[in-house]
Amino acid sequence: MATSVTADFRTRLQDWLPKVVLAPSFAVILLFVYGFIAFTVVLSFTGSKMLPKWDFIGFENYAKLFALQHWSTAVTNLAIFATLYIVICTLVGLALAIFLDQKIRGEGLLRPIYLYPMALSFIVTGTAWKWFLDPGIGLEKTMRLWGWESFSFTWIKDNDMAIYTIVIAAVWQTSGFVMAMFLAGLRGIDNEILKAAQIDGASNWQLYRRIVIPLLRPAFLSAFVILFHLAIKSYDLVVALTGGGPGRSTEMPATFMYSYTFTRNQMGIGASSAVIMLMTIAAIMIPYLYSELKEKK
Amino acid sequence: MAAVTQDTAVSTGRITRTFIYVVLIVFALFYLLPLYVMGVNSVKPLAEITGGNMMALPQTWTIEPWLSAWSTAQIGVEPTGLKPYFLNSLLMVVPAVAISTVVGALNGYVLTKWRFRGDTWVFGLMLFSCFIPFQIVLIPMAVVLGKLGLAGSVPGLVLVHVVYGIGFTTLYYRNYYAAFPTELVRAAMMDGAGFFQIFWRIMLPVSGPITVVSVIWQFTNIWNDFLFGASFGGTSQPMTVALNNLVQSSTGVKEYNVHFAGAILAALPTLFVYIVAGRYFVRGLMAGSVKG
Repeated sequence: MATSVTADFRTRLQDWLPKVVLAPSFAVILLFVYGFIAFTVVLSFTGSKMLPKWDFIGFENYAKLFALQHWSTAVTNLAIFATLYIVICTLVGLALAIFLDQKIRGEGLLRPIYLYPMALSFIVTGTAWKWFLDPGIGLEKTMRLWGWESFSFTWIKDNDMAIYTIVIAAVWQTSGFVMAMFLAGLRGIDNEILKAAQIDGASNWQLYRRIVIPLLRPAFLSAFVILFHLAIKSYDLVVALTGGGPGRSTEMPATFMYSYTFTRNQMGIGASSAVIMLMTIAAIMIPYLYSELKEKK
Repeated sequence: MAAVTQDTAVSTGRITRTFIYVVLIVFALFYLLPLYVMGVNSVKPLAEITGGNMMALPQTWTIEPWLSAWSTAQIGVEPTGLKPYFLNSLLMVVPAVAISTVVGALNGYVLTKWRFRGDTWVFGLMLFSCFIPFQIVLIPMAVVLGKLGLAGSVPGLVLVHVVYGIGFTTLYYRNYYAAFPTELVRAAMMDGAGFFQIFWRIMLPVSGPITVVSVIWQFTNIWNDFLFGASFGGTSQPMTVALNNLVQSSTGVKEYNVHFAGAILAALPTLFVYIVAGRYFVRGLMAGSVKG
């Protein structure tokens, strides 16, 4: 216990100091994240057009939103994109990680090659692939120049196929990262377990299917969570690669929200679409973060 | 049986190994292809691109597209090249990275060494902010930046990036400091060291690696951001937005070679960081996903 008043003041200051240091960040997060979320949620129940307006109209925006062909296109596209993106990235990442884990010569060279796309902006990726996939100048033309006259690859101009070009570019960008996550998981597995299984006569295939892949569960979970939230947030890549087109064939919720809010002056509907996006991510992220933080205690 | 290595103990036959090498090399080519195509075509005259093969090396080499992308290409309505936007990005990224990293270090220190009731909740709320779709904050952010008079300015973008970067930097430092022995901090407290003294003398000297991770992560994320730049950039648009304007411009002949030079210019800073400090880059990615 402190005896003098000044000493007492100093101790109390020391007690408070940590909270005083943390407080501004916490306040900023409360305001700019949770306050803003509340703002957008409230806005989604108003008839705001070009500017926020506080005339409450109940669930009308949500009713309109789900009646819009434009929105269902965006949601369908996201479902196709997210499913393929997550599944292909996981498969490619896992395969590359397992292959790289076989005492490969030149691993130190290959790994950075697989991973560098992750350092690029989606706008750069989109620019590169947009051109590469353009039939008039990219892959199709090159194949024809090389003598494969009937080669045709026009997905990016095709209403039904354009969404898959976004999958290609997105997989190119992130699969190396998923590889790194699985590789870290593989390197953490005790070799003794594998040796014991081999002595028991397990084949390589059995070894991976029965022992290694189940042990990689945490890596699968992390990869899924990361890819899932990246998929829902994907905006830049669509803008750079297809601009949502041709037509609306590659529109996604993120591009929908932007155009309804800022170019079509339907702010209420834009806000309601953002709320739906947040709820979708929260449904996965909150249980995930909750269990992660709980374990750590 | 093979000698002990850090790799798997699985033994593979010759055919399997050949197959594995082929797959690995094919994928390496897949990842390198777009970079090669961009690089090669950024030093070709336009006629060679439209008339020739995109895989071929240039017949006449030229740095004209690079000069044009940097200083004369039409971005939006002004023929300024990407130079001013590159500067905007730099002016935005340096303070945003510095502030968010310092704040994250202090937060991580408090959350691990000065724990209090409910600190996990505080951290959880900060952590969730890393994963929100930013569409949910765009409208109120536009309103607030307007009220603060920061709309369309570099300081406005710095503010936005600091706010939405704190979650990540706090996560990094918190996980890193959690592994640091609390006994040392206790001992220093017994000796009468204060809050900032302990941070300065004990925590900071061991924070090198995580600071590199945090700086690289923030730098890459903020440099590559497009959504905030496009929404709040105004007259101070960052590089990504300018590149998109350059590439998407519908007027005149499409100068593909200039687009590629521009794309590489936009990618250079983060690529450079990746090449110099790739190890830390990977660690940052992992820390953002796997618990520390």
